[in-house]
Amino acid sequence: MTTAPDTKTAPTPRAAARPSPVRALALRWDTAVGALLVAVLVVGLGTTEGFGSGENLAFAFNDIAEVALIALPMTLLVVAGQVDLSVASMLGLGSALTGALWEAGWAFETIVPAVLLVGVAGGLLNGWLVTKVGLPSLAVTIGTLALYRGLASVALGSDAVTDFPQVYADWAVDTTTVPGTFLTYPVLLFIVLAAITAVVLHATGLGRSLFAIGAQEEAAYFAGIRVKRIKLLLFVVTGLFSAFAGVVFTLRYGSARADNGLGFEMLVIASVLLGGIDFDGGKGTLFGAVAGVLLIGVLKNLLTLNDIANEVQVIVTGLLLVASVLTPRVIATVVARRHRRTARTPAPPSS
Amino acid sequence: MMLRNAAGRRAVATAATAVSLALALTACSGTTKDSEGSGGAKAASSAKADPDAPLKKGLKIAFLPKQINNPYEKIVDEAGIDAAKEYGGTGKEVGPSDANASSQVSYINTLIQQRQDAILVAANDPNAVCGPLKQAMKKDIKVVAYDSDTAKDCRQLFINQASSEEIGRSLVQHLGKQIGYKGKVAILSATQNATNQNTWIEFMKEELKLPEYKGMELVKVAYGDDADQKSFQQTQGLMQAYPDLKGIISPTTVGIAAAARYLSDSSYKGEVVLNGLGTPNQMRKYVKDGTVEQFSLWNPEELGYLGSYAAASLASGQITGAEGEKFKAGKLGEYTIGKDGEVILGEPTVFDSENIDTFDF
Repeated sequence: MTTAPDTKTAPTPRAAARPSPVRALALRWDTAVGALLVAVLVVGLGTTEGFGSGENLAFAFNDIAEVALIALPMTLLVVAGQVDLSVASMLGLGSALTGALWEAGWAFETIVPAVLLVGVAGGLLNGWLVTKVGLPSLAVTIGTLALYRGLASVALGSDAVTDFPQVYADWAVDTTTVPGTFLTYPVLLFIVLAAITAVVLHATGLGRSLFAIGAQEEAAYFAGIRVKRIKLLLFVVTGLFSAFAGVVFTLRYGSARADNGLGFEMLVIASVLLGGIDFDGGKGTLFGAVAGVLLIGVLKNLLTLNDIANEVQVIVTGLLLVASVLTPRVIATVVARRHRRTARTPAPPSS
Repeated sequence: MMLRNAAGRRAVATAATAVSLALALTACSGTTKDSEGSGGAKAASSAKADPDAPLKKGLKIAFLPKQINNPYEKIVDEAGIDAAKEYGGTGKEVGPSDANASSQVSYINTLIQQRQDAILVAANDPNAVCGPLKQAMKKDIKVVAYDSDTAKDCRQLFINQASSEEIGRSLVQHLGKQIGYKGKVAILSATQNATNQNTWIEFMKEELKLPEYKGMELVKVAYGDDADQKSFQQTQGLMQAYPDLKGIISPTTVGIAAAARYLSDSSYKGEVVLNGLGTPNQMRKYVKDGTVEQFSLWNPEELGYLGSYAAASLASGQITGAEGEKFKAGKLGEYTIGKDGEVILGEPTVFDSENIDTFDF
């Protein structure tokens, strides 16, 4: 939070306090979440009948398909120090519109792009309010959270539209898998999009800009990064993905409703934070976010299979989340303290 | 820096192209509501029923309520689980903590993995649960809807607490008897568009057209929106508008309790007859202090008990869910499956000062 950054002195103060690469990898929270995911899978295979069946795995992963899809752009947003709470409402709006337009006799092939356009429009509104009006994204999207859910109710009321064409429903349901695998089509789509997102975040200039914006927005601005334009783009992509998740959700459950996905925004943000993306921005990996989403999904499936009550599941998720926020800070403190001690003992007085 | 901007611009361009491409593609004609039906797979019950088959031992059945921790559903499910013990099976209750349309789906899928013999479901959304329920039936897991039905081809039986006609007509019959078939009456409902309420009210109006009710006049249907305070005020309003009102029917547990609260503190206590649908624990006090003589509700314990036996009969091959088949439901006796696999529990139970202390829900 420097007040008056100078164009000349802005860049990279971060390289100074870097621990050794091996230790860095071992101590990274995203690696830990990945390891935890593997551990849960192994425990599940060893202890729970039916857990390892292709059918169950297909279902467990498909069950979180929409959350996973929205988690991708959300990761980019949070890395850039922003957040979008309106995603689940946009999912609901996408679902309600899919239903209302289908009722009105539109072709399904026209409904999908129309819904996606609405997603883009919603994202533009969020992005405009954040970048042009200058409001914080948390406040803006709390507002649009209510707005989009309200529009969804206007579009479809309390009805449910259910008679979608089987040919499209088959693409989304838990029981249709890509031939030869246990992957469902929404999961396959997620894998492809996750790969693209990973490349964008970790191997392009745009990705580096996101980290820069999240770490030090003003510095990024003075370094010539088009901060506002990039932020606007992020909100648009998030709106687009959320509306698309609404279509997937509608087909998967065969039920278009205005209240679909109620409360999903918390699940998405929780998964992203669990994956080690720093809520203050500037830190995290897409691998971590994906591992976070999968961990929540697999854990839920495993606990349900073992008849663990819903309340306990909520507590477990909550504890994981607290741990994910706390652990990296505790480690950082410990490392910093040790660093200071080792730095103090030899104490050669030099500049 | 230039590169970054270029990348950003390229991304915008890509997104724009994708959307316009999608739009262009759809210019060709596509699948509409009219061109294609839902084409849902029919849950064919090719199996033959064997009415003499004994109930299998060790059946595993699971209750999936709309929402866990709902006191009403807890009573239903626990009675069903107890019934399972009677026929040597095991029952359990699992479910989500919220009543969202989709939140039951993951539970159905895990119940399939656990190879339950039967799933009993009170559906939050008649269609959202359909896919996995069909999957369950394909694996020979029996599916019984109770309390709140699923789409018809997604379950073998629906255990209905009482027929809508029975509820509507019986409330008018009871009130008629209480006021000597004479005087002004009113209805205090929940919300203006509550489907079940409106169906009951339709049947009430039908019943009131019969000759024996010619001395009775329905003056108003008031709506308390299932909010205690609003129902209370609506009752107050009714009495102000019609001081000579003889009876009120409130077919909602919230409404009847609020109306009873108003009447018990007013000069109309004992003058105006209040009847309707309520729970014994809510109404006990008003029955004891004489504000209310009687009210009714189906018995949730019997609902769960019947559902449990119906599931066991299906899983044992006694019935397949076809119309006209009969099965025995323990102490409740024999039931016949009606149209569309519907089994009706029976007439609502009438609660009065005689029996109210034997119920706790």
